[in-house]
Amino acid sequence: MSTHTSGWQKAGAWAAILFGATYFILPLVATFEFSLRMRRGEYSFDAYRSVFTDAQFQESFSYSILMAVLTIVIGMLLIVPTAYWVRLRLPQFRPVMEFVTLLPLVIPAIVIVFGYLRLYNSSSLIPFTGSARGTDILLMFSFMTLSLPYMYRSVDTAMRTIDVATLTEAAQSLGAPWRTILFRCIFPNVMSGVLSGAFITFAIVIGEFTMPSLLNRPAFGPYLQLIGANRAYEPPALAIIAFAITWLSVGLLQLLSRFNKARPPKP
Amino acid sequence: MDWAGVAPFCLFAAMFLIAPTLYLVTGAFLNAAGEPTLENIAGLFTPKIMASYSISLKISLASAFGGALVGFFLAWAVVLGGLPAWIRSALLTFSGVASNFAGVPLAFAFLATLGRTGLVTVILRDWFGFNLYSTGFNLLSFLGLTLTYMYFQIPLMVLIITPALDGLKKEWREAAEILGATNFQYWTRVVLPILFPSILGTFLLLFANAFGAIATAYSLTGSTFNIVPIQLYAQIRGDVLHNANLGYALALGMIVITGVSNLIYIWMRIRAERWQK
Repeated sequence: MSTHTSGWQKAGAWAAILFGATYFILPLVATFEFSLRMRRGEYSFDAYRSVFTDAQFQESFSYSILMAVLTIVIGMLLIVPTAYWVRLRLPQFRPVMEFVTLLPLVIPAIVIVFGYLRLYNSSSLIPFTGSARGTDILLMFSFMTLSLPYMYRSVDTAMRTIDVATLTEAAQSLGAPWRTILFRCIFPNVMSGVLSGAFITFAIVIGEFTMPSLLNRPAFGPYLQLIGANRAYEPPALAIIAFAITWLSVGLLQLLSRFNKARPPKP
Repeated sequence: MDWAGVAPFCLFAAMFLIAPTLYLVTGAFLNAAGEPTLENIAGLFTPKIMASYSISLKISLASAFGGALVGFFLAWAVVLGGLPAWIRSALLTFSGVASNFAGVPLAFAFLATLGRTGLVTVILRDWFGFNLYSTGFNLLSFLGLTLTYMYFQIPLMVLIITPALDGLKKEWREAAEILGATNFQYWTRVVLPILFPSILGTFLLLFANAFGAIATAYSLTGSTFNIVPIQLYAQIRGDVLHNANLGYALALGMIVITGVSNLIYIWMRIRAERWQK
């Protein structure tokens, strides 16, 4: 009991890490190896070539990127001003915001989209799914719903580090209109939160399957599923690509949060 | 006037979150003619639907339990195991990525690993003469799906439980030692009671996480494996239950299960935070 980490403890810790590393790394190695098997008898990158030259891959991938960007832009235009206003004028509304932004984690995505299909079908009052463009808009809102918990939390955390009231008064005393206050004072000051929210949203939206599949839109997630059902060597190649995208978005996110920790938060 | 500032958000939440959910919840208590009834709820307790709830619950419980157990030991190893610091940051970075690596690509990765021609299956067969699939193992089964889900469950546990383990104060161990406690007593009488709300809460979060997931299972098994989300997917696609309102009840059942586990999770987290001040 005199030393806090005994030899046994250390051996146990190494064993746990070794087990975890095997469990995590083995599937990645296996997936990569499988993706190289397309040419008989030798390893090649044929599967990747086949994926990148597939017109459907290019279309669905750029569709999902566009949807992710739209989701981030529109989402932030909604979340940042709302979070700002609640901090400035409506602190009593904060618990409601906290609760509502948690709901998408509680209600499964498939249930939410089921509700959309009943509520916004072509014979309803607001027929989103009546046209392809309308369905795109509905899909964008569904992605916003999915990423709401992450967007709100990252923006709110960033807003905690700035003094919203003083910034607003300073800008107002210099004669700035609301638009200027919002876009030239608030947005730049919570940029770290906006970017964190953007990266995590990107990682979530890019491969999302359930919502675009049930709304019948040609996104990357349903494309992945289709390829998985029909091809042998392209799916592992796509899995490696998807893992790289996730790694990139989450890596950027963590880099950003490490950078932010250097700045102490103001009370 | 002040309330006008939150009007766009309220409209968004009402249209895309509250109304769709309420529509399904009320629909679960109506019959085809729009009259109130409990028939749909009773309809859930038929063998076919009960079977899919039961397999969903089993997979979610098993993967949450496995994820919580392995995740706890990994977090323990990097926090209290005396390992080099780089292992801790590597594990946390990797967990951030892997907890978001789910859905269809995860299914591909496990097919390439433990599928019939997957790397591990082939190595076991060619090098060790061991045919995994002759033992009755199948990736498209309860065990296979549980192993696959654990790939995102373990990292999630690591991410949430590491700060809780960090919060164990040195003074508590010293106090226990001075009072003559053994290592075993310190763990069972001090650490576990303090960590219990965090562990139980995270377990429930992992459970809800697995219960609502569909993409991985769907692309692994197609529509053959009847977990609740896949059955709901089929119902949305083509009214396989031949009763729209029974479909709403199916959705309601999912909301109740994920809702209750999330509520207890939040309650547990509030309790756990008492020790982290």
